[in-house]
Amino acid sequence: MAAVKETVQHVEALEKYQHGFVTDIDQEFAPKGLSADIVRFISAKKGEPQWMLDWRLEAYERWLAMDAPEWAKVKFPPIDYQDSYYYAAPKEKSGPKSLDEVDPELLAVYAKLGIPLKEQAVLAGVEGAPRYAVDAVFDSVSVVTTFKKELGQAGVIFCSMSEAIREHPELVRKYLGSVVPVSDNYYACLNAAVFSDGSFVYVPPGVRCPMELSTYFRINAENSGQFERTLIIADAGAYVSYLEGCTAPMRDENQLHAAVVELVVHDDAEIKYSTVQNWYPGDPETGKGGIYNFVTKRADCRGDRSKVSWTQVETGSAITWKYPSCVLRGKDSVGEFYSIAITNGRQQADTGTKMIHLGEGSRSRVISKGISAGRSSNTYRGLVSAHPKAKGARNFTQCDSLLIGKTCAAHTVPYVEARNGSCVFEHEATTTKLSEDQLFYVMQRGLSQEEAVQLLVNGFVKDVLQELPMEFAVEAQKLVAISLEGSVG
Amino acid sequence: MLHIENLHAQVGGKDIIKGLTLDVPAGEVHAIMGPNGAGKSTLSYVLTGRSGYEVTEGSATLDGEDLLALAPNERAAKGLFLSFQYPLEIPGVPALTFLRTALNAQRKARGEAEVSAPEFLKLVRIKAGELKIDFEMLKRPLNVGFSGGEKKRMEILQMAILSPRFLILDETDSGLDIDALKIVSEGVNAVRSPDRAMLVITHYQRLLDYIKPDRVHVLAAGRIVASGGPELALQLEAEGYDKYARAA
Repeated sequence: MAAVKETVQHVEALEKYQHGFVTDIDQEFAPKGLSADIVRFISAKKGEPQWMLDWRLEAYERWLAMDAPEWAKVKFPPIDYQDSYYYAAPKEKSGPKSLDEVDPELLAVYAKLGIPLKEQAVLAGVEGAPRYAVDAVFDSVSVVTTFKKELGQAGVIFCSMSEAIREHPELVRKYLGSVVPVSDNYYACLNAAVFSDGSFVYVPPGVRCPMELSTYFRINAENSGQFERTLIIADAGAYVSYLEGCTAPMRDENQLHAAVVELVVHDDAEIKYSTVQNWYPGDPETGKGGIYNFVTKRADCRGDRSKVSWTQVETGSAITWKYPSCVLRGKDSVGEFYSIAITNGRQQADTGTKMIHLGEGSRSRVISKGISAGRSSNTYRGLVSAHPKAKGARNFTQCDSLLIGKTCAAHTVPYVEARNGSCVFEHEATTTKLSEDQLFYVMQRGLSQEEAVQLLVNGFVKDVLQELPMEFAVEAQKLVAISLEGSVG
Repeated sequence: MLHIENLHAQVGGKDIIKGLTLDVPAGEVHAIMGPNGAGKSTLSYVLTGRSGYEVTEGSATLDGEDLLALAPNERAAKGLFLSFQYPLEIPGVPALTFLRTALNAQRKARGEAEVSAPEFLKLVRIKAGELKIDFEMLKRPLNVGFSGGEKKRMEILQMAILSPRFLILDETDSGLDIDALKIVSEGVNAVRSPDRAMLVITHYQRLLDYIKPDRVHVLAAGRIVASGGPELALQLEAEGYDKYARAA
């Protein structure tokens, strides 16, 4: 039986937010605050070419003229953008060339997070065990990317964004901002101005990426924001599966994470993008601290028969504002969105997807599972639209909410716009409360209350967990359990 | 085995069980019969520890151990099993996963090793076969879309796997056609043994044709108002509960 289905067996002892430690690493900061000079500082630090600096400065100018969006169902005090650091990096003379050059302190951080950076350790594993190439981003910079050589042999480029700007400027210039334009929205525009690093992936035509790629993002520094930018291009007939994971220390102030992810998918290509987001959610009682996760993720299925699949497990962050979307431009292109969003304590999530059908025969599928507990608020917001040319477009949306306890809230805000008569859009939604009857039934069979909640919740989210790469599904399952600790009784 | 002494219990502030005393020795099957609203289901929930069922007086022990002080899962680990009148649906959790999780949770609570996958599957195959449950059905989420009869058979399968010492069957015959009733009863009879005991709660005498009780008790207005041998069930079937309801 698949590990995914073995639900609760894998759920280990419950723990509090376990990534809340701070690492004392010698770091270098840009001066506090935001200005054109800071943008220049960041660009200079990274040794960027003029075109990149110009791009950033233009974004900064545009950002100054924009207003923060206020339509989401989340509440927070205005952000003082001058009270934050926009660049924080572990001190080092120059970028690390290999693992041996990386500060051992830093490697220890990733070891503590359970992230396998040591290629040899991974390689020493059992024959046939899955291997993951990892890019680790610590505050503002990518500290190490593993398995580069092996990926290089397959023609796959997997490196930090800074490196891509230096080494592959033609690809970066061609694709950067082509999916999420500079001034797409307030946070994406801010990101364009000050983004520090992120991952870059290019899979050449016809290549199936030989391993899972993943990036781990870690915010460590105090009063700093993280603005990473990820760009993934699957050329014609290529395939890649990519996973990102995120954690942060427990801090009393709110930290801003405004990332941009752009996916470009050509003819017959496929990108599977999975996220396990576990940023510090803030204090469950007072709501103090936690990450503001204001992220723009979009895939451009520009090729015919191209496919993108977003899978996200969102358990952390004080506030989540995030709508991984698909622009289904290609004929018969396919977009999928599978989401588990869990809110507990004082968390607020406003998340969902946009499926924009432009191509004839394009299809999309949305499965969203929202779980609210504590005094949290959880909103699904989704758009499905079809252009007049998107003849025969199809969408199926299923949107389920589960409420645990009496003080939480769940909202569903679907937008459906069909501009031609031949598309078929289906929307199903349910809201249920974790029932006392079910809990008692499961407990009568021998499970404790916590175990019973985990079993029922894992059952509720099973459809989505199945979409994650298997090892991560197990991780995600544990995360689900941890996030809901103390939510009942 | 099970000893209940002067038990009083409330639901939502209302007295439902009012001074119930009952002894079920090991190896015996006792039937509890009575009119609607007599407190039959309440008794089963009080014994298994459902929240909202508050004991105000009296005691209930299993082999001398105080049941009322334990959480529902702890009572289950001690070997107390309730076959529900209306088994719950558990979406997304395959019956097999549910069974194995429950079995291992109980074993863990008793300090026993977890059952291995092959061992578990072998056990399930045998027991499912006896209850004429298609093994494929066990890969489906527990009880979701199952018929009434299938759900009841699933309860008996859980019982057979968990191997409890004390069984409470709450209206197990409701919703069963005659063939299903036979299968279920055979399943129950198969676990009868000198070191087990059971309480069979039922409205009708019909079930007792298949699961033969050693003693029959009449529960009315929260108390045992009459007790006797199997013949009492037949008498009730003929005469109804009227006189007991009035007496109470």
